[in-house]
Amino acid sequence: MTTTTRRAPIEVAEPGGTPSSAQIAALIADAPVPRPTLLKTFNAMMAREFRVLRRNAIATFTRAVMQPLLFVFVFAYVFPKIGGGFNLGGGAAAAGASVKGSINFATILVPGLMASMLLMQGIMAVTFPLVMEFSWQRTIEDRALAPVPIRVLAIQKIVAGAVQSFIGAVIVFPIVLLVHAAGQAPHVHVTNWALFILILAFASLLTSSLGLLLGTIMDPRKMQMLFAVILLPATMLGCVYYPWSALHHIRWLQIAVLINPMVYMSEGLRAVLTPVLGHMPLWAVLVALIGGTAAFGYLGTRTFTKRVLN
Amino acid sequence: MTAASGAGASGHAIRTEDLRKTYKSSRGDVPAVRGIDLSVGSGQFFGLLGPNGAGKSTTIGMLTTLILPTGGRAWVSGLDVVADPVGVKRRIGVVTQTNTLDMQLTVAENLEFRSRFFGLSLREASRRATQLLEAFGLADRRKAMSTDLSGGQARRLLIARALVHRPDVLFLDEPTAGLDPQTRVNLWDILQVLHAEGQTILLTTHYMEEAEALCEQIAVIDHGEVLASGTVNELKDSTGAETVITVRYEDTVPEDLAARTGLADRPGVSKVEADGDFVRVFTSEPEGVLGELVTAGSAAGLTVRDASQLKPSLETVFLTLTGREYRE
Repeated sequence: MTTTTRRAPIEVAEPGGTPSSAQIAALIADAPVPRPTLLKTFNAMMAREFRVLRRNAIATFTRAVMQPLLFVFVFAYVFPKIGGGFNLGGGAAAAGASVKGSINFATILVPGLMASMLLMQGIMAVTFPLVMEFSWQRTIEDRALAPVPIRVLAIQKIVAGAVQSFIGAVIVFPIVLLVHAAGQAPHVHVTNWALFILILAFASLLTSSLGLLLGTIMDPRKMQMLFAVILLPATMLGCVYYPWSALHHIRWLQIAVLINPMVYMSEGLRAVLTPVLGHMPLWAVLVALIGGTAAFGYLGTRTFTKRVLN
Repeated sequence: MTAASGAGASGHAIRTEDLRKTYKSSRGDVPAVRGIDLSVGSGQFFGLLGPNGAGKSTTIGMLTTLILPTGGRAWVSGLDVVADPVGVKRRIGVVTQTNTLDMQLTVAENLEFRSRFFGLSLREASRRATQLLEAFGLADRRKAMSTDLSGGQARRLLIARALVHRPDVLFLDEPTAGLDPQTRVNLWDILQVLHAEGQTILLTTHYMEEAEALCEQIAVIDHGEVLASGTVNELKDSTGAETVITVRYEDTVPEDLAARTGLADRPGVSKVEADGDFVRVFTSEPEGVLGELVTAGSAAGLTVRDASQLKPSLETVFLTLTGREYRE
């Protein structure tokens, strides 16, 4: 084999150090021996997500705080102050199956807002970056070349997105507990912490799996449709502002909304956070959350792999 | 699948057998690569040369496991790219055509995290990043966001990133496209040093002079097929080390003009082509040919619009192989 021995001294036109041939050569001679394992690579990818999250902490935090803060401010502070006519909670809560005394709107809103934040954060954390990574520069190739199967990369994105959703939902807690008019504090009472964490964890995974699926099938030029077609209907018809049981007045709607995964997130959290309100049976919630995570996770991983390996 | 180290793959850094990729589209099948056979020896600097759309990027995509072949087979470092993509990814470094740096990370972090993806510990990753940044003249930009780099710096960082884990094969897809000449020459120097150290390199380019300056072995590729391969000199020899003289006239050339000139019978002339408004002569003895073409033209009432004389080079090779002029 002939080897070119021409070794011109390398000059760099731009300022910033002068690389030498010897240094470049040393990169080959003096290189560490990599021993990648699936776990090491996965952990490194998660570490990368947390580094980015920390770097964008202020923006991420603001994004996570503003929506629940404004909602709670208007519904739990402004409305009760303006007068009884605006106390939306009255009617909805009265329709609940197990009403104990008067239930204010803030109580209805706590689980609903958490569910709404889960969906919002799941999409913001997974779908938006993914659409960017698949755009013309295809920066996705950076991580697609890491020594793991492509579906592991998809699963990593789901897990990282779920962590962000989880944090986003937890941030709602102090806000709803603190921001309200006098006497309008929500009645939150966690009876089963394990169940609460389980529901929150699966709800987080469900939203990030959905986020992955949307990110791989959305046409980037039609991103604004995401709000009109997915986020808005899912939230407005997701039992965020009213409990599912209250919908029995409109029976067809009560049945129709069952296709909306948000319903199970709201109702599941309602069951563990504000049990004073009537809620959907827990088994139905768990089946939907776990089944939904599996279904969206499977589909999302598949479309993701197809998009990466064209 | 059979054992990962395919039968015909040993001793080669890269080998392909009738490798194919056909894209399905609403208007039918679009073949991008139509049966390519390559073999690249360990330590070789190999060039895939062809115009845009020739199938170079698709080929490199298949070899780097990101595009699934629709036919044929390929091995990198003895591993089948379809059967063992993870094994292949562990052994390759890839410099993509577009800037695929992680825009959310700094310059140093791009290298550190890539090192960790490949299993280096935190300390090893940080050490390797420093070593790479210094060697590539990026040490003073280590804390900059990768989006703030100039085109040349970004390209250097992409190459540095592809080297974190000492890959068996370094793939570079059009590494100097869109760079200014000075930066391009700098990159050439870097690649030559890597090659001298024994790094196997496969590079795609549509710049003739780049393939000629860097590559030991070249495969000329167009429309998804290898037209010819060998060393630069072999290519020139096999297609005749000829000068190509083209004369374009203001009007269409009469069919018998080529015959009338008697050029085909001249010593050294291997081929005379006339098509539309031009006549093209392939010859090893170019002296006087241009003059004769001008004279013959004016005798036929034609005015010369444009004339060119190409010395033997990859460009004339391409012209001989395809009958088309090479356009970048």
